[in-house]
Amino acid sequence: MAEESNNGTNHMQDLPKVLLLGPGPPFCFESLQLLYSHKFHFLNPHLSDLSLQHFLDHHHPPSIPAILCSPKHSVTADVLRLLPSLRLVLTTSAGTNHIDLRECRRRGIQVANSGALFSEDVADMAVALLIDGLRKISAADRWLRTQNRQNTPWDLFPLGFKLSGKRVGIVGLGSIGMEVAKRLEPFGCIISYNSKHRKGRVSYPFCSTVLELAATCDVLVVCCALNEETKHIINREVILALGKGGFIVNVGRGELIDEKELVKCLMEGELGGAGFDVFENEPRIPQELFKMDNVVLSPHVGPLTESYMNICALMVGNLEAFFLNKPLLTPLILSE
Amino acid sequence: MGSIGVLLVTPVLPYLEQELDKRYKLFRAWDYPETAQLLAQHATSIQAVVGNSGAGADAEMIEALPKLEIVSCFSVGVDKVDLEKCREKGIRVTNTPHVLTDDVADLAIGLMLTLLRRICECDRFVRSGKWKHGDYKLTTKFSGKTVGILGLGRIGQAIAKRAEGFNCSICYYSRTEKRNSKYKYYPSVVELASNCDVLVVACPLTEETHHIINREVINALGPKGFLINIGRGKHVDEPELVSALVEGRLAGAGLDVFENEPVVPEELFGLENVVIVPHIGSGTLETRTAMADLVLGNLEAHFLGKPLLTPLF
Repeated sequence: MAEESNNGTNHMQDLPKVLLLGPGPPFCFESLQLLYSHKFHFLNPHLSDLSLQHFLDHHHPPSIPAILCSPKHSVTADVLRLLPSLRLVLTTSAGTNHIDLRECRRRGIQVANSGALFSEDVADMAVALLIDGLRKISAADRWLRTQNRQNTPWDLFPLGFKLSGKRVGIVGLGSIGMEVAKRLEPFGCIISYNSKHRKGRVSYPFCSTVLELAATCDVLVVCCALNEETKHIINREVILALGKGGFIVNVGRGELIDEKELVKCLMEGELGGAGFDVFENEPRIPQELFKMDNVVLSPHVGPLTESYMNICALMVGNLEAFFLNKPLLTPLILSE
Repeated sequence: MGSIGVLLVTPVLPYLEQELDKRYKLFRAWDYPETAQLLAQHATSIQAVVGNSGAGADAEMIEALPKLEIVSCFSVGVDKVDLEKCREKGIRVTNTPHVLTDDVADLAIGLMLTLLRRICECDRFVRSGKWKHGDYKLTTKFSGKTVGILGLGRIGQAIAKRAEGFNCSICYYSRTEKRNSKYKYYPSVVELASNCDVLVVACPLTEETHHIINREVINALGPKGFLINIGRGKHVDEPELVSALVEGRLAGAGLDVFENEPVVPEELFGLENVVIVPHIGSGTLETRTAMADLVLGNLEAHFLGKPLLTPLF
């Protein structure tokens, strides 16, 4: 009996180790451990009360080559320092702002994210927030369920704003931005964009700054990655350039927008309205927004539909490729 | 033209009311406690009636207005006008097509997105402070779903075009198959409902299409199916719809119209899987102004003896 259990332990110790840093997205880490423990030895510090450092003391850190994290766990230089043999950081998100990319590049660590897996769902969310905000769908639904229980005349509900023909500026024409543009074109929206670099083979007009984009558009849809250059890329100047009738949608990261200034502009009537799936300090949200009828608020659910669980297969695919020394499925190119 | 009498049967966009008042002798139906009183006093002065989706000109009113020459609708739907009676008496009828097509199609897609992705419910979740205590749940993906369109007219086609941008497959039912259409045709509403994920009503309301969405269609759409109504409330057997939603036999509904506006069935107020809005299909300033200009333009053309802009007949 002792021999059998020895064999079992040996077998597990032969498997490549993957450190899970969560809390994981709904059911994701649990599914991975349930379905793939015959391929990988998952280490989950979240299940213990120990600090990460103490947890790792029990698991021989130099033997851990891979991290699989969710966007809720920062992978800082301090974390990387704990794992001298780390060669791969995988995140379940499209965003990588929670990972010290510079330190990864310096240490020769590969990074992979969710690639384009969630782009359709996040683009759907952006368009949903835009139509809802302009046409006042959530506000109308709320009005009917609360103020209108007495069946007061419906012509008292305020008119919305037409979407067709609006000039829409996309901030960040990556995978998500392209899906947003593709969806808004049939509505008769006029698309232009700002991105770090002009995109070849794209017919939409390019603006070299976000300020210029805001000055020439009625709507801004923010879909870019969060990094040092893009923090607060939507600031007071940009909001004022968009104008009093302007509308902003953010499905990227909360810190892309100077939230304090945005709330001030909404309160002062300097911005027509906004739709957000992300906020600077989730789940804490500026209380002033709760009283506004010209904003639509969503609890960071951009990718969370029935197809969300495909992330498990993608992460496993990346792990398998990595441990076979093959190219990753959804690598991040760590540029200068 | 200040002496031409125009009857406005229901409140409309202030701009339209003001212009009618400027150009004609305007009678507002709601200024009189009883329609009978209005008719007794002014019937012989009234040469035109302006109505909308909520109120028009039925047989009784038409009979009571001997000088009536034209009914100009501030809507594209004319189900509140007795068309037979108008035809019989040689009364012209105009509506407001084209100018509201985009807005109504935009709202149809908006209802699909907010319904499937539970946007209104998410907004409520955030405003209630619940997000601090836990995340929201998974919702239903919209991209790639099959959208079934009941009525492939101007609005139906505009909806199809927009849904294609989301990689949706499009199928439809209409009285006759459209020869040049690239979309899949089903010869019955039940078959359409059986073969789509989201069914949207986009046809005119007539005797034939009254309660076209009935129990059989709702069951065919099924517990994973969604209904969107941007047509008329009476397209749907409302009590059947409500019980299907309450019992979970239908996944959800996005409704801009109801059988007895402004009355909304009480049960809907407690449901998470419906999006209900107060008939805002054409509800933007740009579109309502364009609709008003059509009403005014049609009336002006008629009284100057010129061709009407958007006549039904």
